[in-house]
Amino acid sequence: MIAVSILKRLLMAAITLFGVAVIVFVLLRVVPGDPIAMMISPGASPESIAALRAQYGLDASLPVQFLVWLKAVVVGDFGTSISLRRNVLELLAERLPATLELAIVALLVAVVLGGAVAVLGTLLRRTPGEPVVDTVNGLCLAVPDFVWALALVLVLGVAFPVFPLSGRINPGVQVDFATPFYLIESLVTLRFKVFADVAAHMVMPVLALGLPLAAIITRVLKEALLEAMVQDYILLARLKGMSSLRLVLQEALRNAIGPTIALTGVQFTFLIGGTVIVERIFAYPGIGNMAIDAVINRDLPLIQGLVLVFGALFIVINLLVDMLVVAFNPRLRHG
Amino acid sequence: MADVALTPPAVRRSGLSKNLRAMLREPKVLVGGGFILLLLLVAIFAPWLAPKDPLEQDLMLGNLPPAGYPGTEPGYWLGTDDLGRDVLSRVIYGTRIALTVAFVAAGLAALFGTVLGLIAGFYGGWADKVISRLVDIWMAFPPVLLSILLVAVLGSGIHSVIAAIVIIDWTRFCRVVRAETQAQAKMDYVVAARTIGFPRLHILIREILPNVAPVLIALVSLEMGIAVIVEAILSFVGLSVSSDTPTWGGMIAQGRQIIYQGWWVLVAPLVVLFATVLAFNQLGDGLRRALDPVMRR
Repeated sequence: MIAVSILKRLLMAAITLFGVAVIVFVLLRVVPGDPIAMMISPGASPESIAALRAQYGLDASLPVQFLVWLKAVVVGDFGTSISLRRNVLELLAERLPATLELAIVALLVAVVLGGAVAVLGTLLRRTPGEPVVDTVNGLCLAVPDFVWALALVLVLGVAFPVFPLSGRINPGVQVDFATPFYLIESLVTLRFKVFADVAAHMVMPVLALGLPLAAIITRVLKEALLEAMVQDYILLARLKGMSSLRLVLQEALRNAIGPTIALTGVQFTFLIGGTVIVERIFAYPGIGNMAIDAVINRDLPLIQGLVLVFGALFIVINLLVDMLVVAFNPRLRHG
Repeated sequence: MADVALTPPAVRRSGLSKNLRAMLREPKVLVGGGFILLLLLVAIFAPWLAPKDPLEQDLMLGNLPPAGYPGTEPGYWLGTDDLGRDVLSRVIYGTRIALTVAFVAAGLAALFGTVLGLIAGFYGGWADKVISRLVDIWMAFPPVLLSILLVAVLGSGIHSVIAAIVIIDWTRFCRVVRAETQAQAKMDYVVAARTIGFPRLHILIREILPNVAPVLIALVSLEMGIAVIVEAILSFVGLSVSSDTPTWGGMIAQGRQIIYQGWWVLVAPLVVLFATVLAFNQLGDGLRRALDPVMRR
């Protein structure tokens, strides 16, 4: 049963991804503005322009261009970036890990922080502390990642310059990485100085991405916890003399966590969308920052590759979340 | 709770004034709405309020700090940017683009989303299937990436920014209006209207729409806050209006570049941007409370 439903979901995902690919392809071909015009020198002859056009396959008809592109993508050939003149797949493989590290650390921070504040708010219920938690959280909910990023630039980058303002690693740190996963690699190979430098570069973008998500998690989880706290089994546990903290963590949390996971998953896709602008603000070399440059330079092959990667990420996350929700809900597991 | 069930449904004739009074009793509506009203006045009377010409450059007066810091020049309350343009005047003129985008984009997104949501929720069948599937596909795109992509396709400029926001965010309205319409369509008053023999279009527009309106109005206010942010992001990236029109996002981008020479170029538009988004959120939240008869009790 479960295998069939997963297969069904995968098929739907493939169809959605195909739809995304078609839409992006058509959208980009109606762009006013010629990508070739951006790479030629002013005195180029019409012949050399035509040759360039043919080299990038831009002289064929639209459906033919799409089929050629699709056939290549299926075997893993995303073409050559027009503005960077490099293989798109190589560029993606270089940049995607940076974004993944950023997004996953931001997710972890959001879950831990949001969860902790939710538990705190639950323990503080009907005390003067509760409105304080709610007000601060409400304010955090209203601040989008774009504003967080800039506020952090001002406070932690300029007023109290604790963390580096841009980039992924200090150019002075001379190390060779075997993989593009700098954070994980430096930790695994026990190079703590390098790890600290990479981590310091991530602090501000991670906070900008993680704080809005943390606020959402707090609100939903706290609501679910408060609801769980008035159930009979909690009353029973309380009568047995269980402490409030254990009550929340051991009993209520288990039953309140389902809706939070589903919501966190959806919000995590928004967080990944947010990496585009946050990476831009911190000049962080991920796929989001590259996407903005690609759009500004009308780099069609690169844009197509990037949008497919973003689309695939969204779909994979949604699938994982659905599985997690089933795993955490026994009623669905047996249904 | 027993008397609640016995209360007759609100009579629509007195609905408007009753709603207005409920709105004015809600502090969030007063604070948020008051701030937006103030911004609106600033945008309209910008030429009279701005102390300087927002485009006038004076390289001799570049990077002046705000009043109160050493090295200021009288008349430049919030300092100047690296080209010597007055920050306060630029923030004041920036309200024009921000509010234009907020009102027009949110209004149009609401219009399209509501029409499609009403159709999907009321008529059901294949219309509902097509519209719902469309919404699903739409939601598979990262919004920020999609907006940048759309503006790149449509070309930069305020029309493209508005079009991009409408194209992306109509789904928010469509989803909510569809669900609300489905719920309303099952209510007794709709059944009664059908029994009397009202035409379906009449029922949809004269009976259901007014009851969907409270949720819709609150949503429009929230959408305005989102539109302001999206415009700022696109200006920040350099894909919004041309660079000689002052915008908050454009100022923020400039301030980010000269952050060590003139942090105030970033602070001023950022604070106003944040206050504006907060005001739209508060207004939306307050309107939702004030107009929802269940929450009002």
